[in-house]
Amino acid sequence: MALPAVINVHVEEPLKAKDYRSDITPTWCPGCGDFGVVSSLAKAYADQKYDPSAVTTVSGIGCSSRLPLWMNSFGIHSCHGRAVPVAIGAHLARPEMPVVVTIGDGDCFAIGGGHIMHPARRNMNMTVIVMDNGTFALTKNQTSPLSRTGLPGTLASDLGNLDEPMNPIEMMITYGATYVAQTYSANAKHMGKVINEALAHQGFSYVNILSPCPTYNKVDTFAYFRPRIHDINEAGEHTDLSNRAAAMMKASELYQHHHSEDAPVPVGVYYQAQKPVYYEKVKQVQEFYGMKETIDWDNIFDRYKP
Amino acid sequence: MAIDLTIKVAGEGGEGVISSGDFIMQAATRSGMEVMTFKSFPAEIKGGYALSQVRISDEKILSQGDGFDILVAFNGEAYEVNKPLLKPGTVMVWDGPHGGDFEAEEHEGVQMFAVPMSDIAKNTLKNYIAKNMVAMGAVIELFGLPEDSLKSSIHDKFIKKGQAIVDFNYQAIELGRQWIRDNYPDRDVKYTFPASTAQKDVIILEGNQAISVGAVIGGAKFYGAYPITPATSVGNHLVDIMHQTGGVVYQTEDEISALATVIGASFTGKKAITATAGPGISLMQELIGLAVMSEVPIVVADVQRGGPSTGMPTKHDQSDLFACALGGHGDAPRVVLAAANVQDCVDLTVDALNLAEKYQTPVMLLSDASLSIQTEAIPRPNVADYEIVDRDFAKPQPDPSIFNRYQITDSGVSPMGAPGIPGTNYAATGLEHAEDSGPRTNPETRNAMTEKRWRKFDGIEDAYKPIEREGEDGDDLGIICWGMTQSVTREAVARLRAQGHKVSALYPKMLWPMPQKQIEAFAKSVKKVVVPEANYQGQFADLIKMRTNVVPIKFNAYRGEPLIPREIEAMALELLKEEAPKARMAIH
Repeated sequence: MALPAVINVHVEEPLKAKDYRSDITPTWCPGCGDFGVVSSLAKAYADQKYDPSAVTTVSGIGCSSRLPLWMNSFGIHSCHGRAVPVAIGAHLARPEMPVVVTIGDGDCFAIGGGHIMHPARRNMNMTVIVMDNGTFALTKNQTSPLSRTGLPGTLASDLGNLDEPMNPIEMMITYGATYVAQTYSANAKHMGKVINEALAHQGFSYVNILSPCPTYNKVDTFAYFRPRIHDINEAGEHTDLSNRAAAMMKASELYQHHHSEDAPVPVGVYYQAQKPVYYEKVKQVQEFYGMKETIDWDNIFDRYKP
Repeated sequence: MAIDLTIKVAGEGGEGVISSGDFIMQAATRSGMEVMTFKSFPAEIKGGYALSQVRISDEKILSQGDGFDILVAFNGEAYEVNKPLLKPGTVMVWDGPHGGDFEAEEHEGVQMFAVPMSDIAKNTLKNYIAKNMVAMGAVIELFGLPEDSLKSSIHDKFIKKGQAIVDFNYQAIELGRQWIRDNYPDRDVKYTFPASTAQKDVIILEGNQAISVGAVIGGAKFYGAYPITPATSVGNHLVDIMHQTGGVVYQTEDEISALATVIGASFTGKKAITATAGPGISLMQELIGLAVMSEVPIVVADVQRGGPSTGMPTKHDQSDLFACALGGHGDAPRVVLAAANVQDCVDLTVDALNLAEKYQTPVMLLSDASLSIQTEAIPRPNVADYEIVDRDFAKPQPDPSIFNRYQITDSGVSPMGAPGIPGTNYAATGLEHAEDSGPRTNPETRNAMTEKRWRKFDGIEDAYKPIEREGEDGDDLGIICWGMTQSVTREAVARLRAQGHKVSALYPKMLWPMPQKQIEAFAKSVKKVVVPEANYQGQFADLIKMRTNVVPIKFNAYRGEPLIPREIEAMALELLKEEAPKARMAIH
């Protein structure tokens, strides 16, 4: 059996969301926000009419990174922090194949923090979905770069997290992502819309999903988010999506709710722009070096003639 | 060998030492001779001591040899470093009698030619950069290297910059020649290059270029890497030829992501390779484990340098064997190959890709800093002669939920799914898993899967090409060596056997899994066994002790330079006269 040269990325007849789920039962705690994410992602794969044998879901290590195991797609449950470069390799080797990264906030911004900017600045055609619960849950409660100040953690002192949380929306816009959004795992409608847009986007898309951990994060809970969630696009506060300066300004309000009782928790699309995607440039390089259907070995070896 | 001549150019890095060697090598090859070069330079971009040594013969050259016949000393440091090596019978061309930075002494039996290369470049040509060309002019006048060959090499190198630059270099060459004609009219030079013969159908490659060529012959379509001395140039050479063959070269942000991209690429069904050096190997260990666990074929070329830590980035060492064979956590089998010369760098890269595919495993390919820039002329490869192995892709499946990616098989290898093959999707994981790839930690699964991963390699010693052996059963001494040390050992063994000594040698290319049967059979057939290698611990000797019944004597050099044939010869003579074998010998 040889590798097919061309693959069908899409199914002719649409499948149902459940067709994109494996028969493995998730090991997440009852009430975990990530249940909503895996349901939405399966639904979005169905909406995109992806062939389950053509899409690859890549993750790292952590509670949320188990997600590819619960999906019926190609999956790589890789090493802690390394989902993004694994996905890059998969994308560059088979650029016609959709690649989706599903990881946690610790995986993406702590151990894997050196990787995420590179596919963003290169505008590689892939989607990174971060399930942001503000904690390292699989190792039983340590703070992450996205944890709010003062949040308890077993490696923090009794004073809690000393750090200011990093702003992933500002960061991804700065890095050069061309689709940046935040959504909330208990709002299936908004999450489904945003994930679908991210998957359909030509270029690097980043989706931050507020996905509460009921076991370890007792502050950023469903009860906390429910009354505060606020759609910045629907409210008309942020509609000029290709305006990068406006997007940065809006993104700077991301954590206002940490400081003010009345401030909302924003969800919505912050930035969306069309820019050349990386692989188109790779094709130009292949063309530049005279890529042919059949390899011209003489042309290759002649350059080493004395 | 009727002709066996070694010319060494030495001086400060950045003043054309390396390019002089390259020109001599190319010119000699264009004149139909066999060549091999050895180069060494500091890690700094400019300055420091650099050397380029070219060995020229009319027969196949086995190694860099023992030393030089002709020294071209560009500066005082080069002279001081090489002074102890100026033995009777050698010839020195040096930057004098005026305008250089040193005065050469008289050396008994050494023929000396003073050529004011700095002065001519600076004051006559008004451009110091031409110094090496003046020196080359003197060399061809003195030793009869065909001028046409040299000039054509210079032309090809500089014509991109315009005819004026080519002519300027020709002028510098002529001034060097003229100086010799004017100042040494009655010279009787000890060495002369052989006359030109028909150029052979060869290609000239450096070790790292050869890995690149092997990668494209072997069908690799993805190369992801991070710059690191002395491995970087593998990628430099691939940029052109891999894109041309429809692949992608991708520069990552670190070595961890380099191997991650390679795993991701190979997961999709394409052959993928990276190259790095010791520090990169250290960073990649966790991902090597992922490739073992998830059974993804990958190739990692490790161009070894002096370690640990930053160590000596441009210097020779064979000290990554433990890291490549045993590194990382857990029970993690993998294959380690080691290249001895430029031809090996081509052939073993193809083998590495083939073995990775066949066994769905990481394959580590060892080279080293010296081999990375050693140039050799090798026969033009005939691609049709190479056997290319593709992994066992799974057939289309009716239902992905019952596709067993990690099916337990007798061989330990299971058909692999890939995007585009219907129904073969699965989630690869670094977790222990059942046949269907779902995570599992029960003892039955753990035992079955661990044994599966190791069982793959049960027959690999017989499946891989047999190890070459020199000598006969009953010989007094058996040498087992690996990597570049094989090249110098071959030359030493040829000399020893010519002198009538009963010395055998075994030249394994696959070091791990340990080729136990052949090592034990060889050891049994000789009176004692020694393993010379360029590391302190005797890493291969230790692996042999660990996985066979053989307890070899260790012979170690760890100074940052390759062993030379004369040292192997001396080692053998020492061991031949000893009654009781020594446990360990070292050379400084």
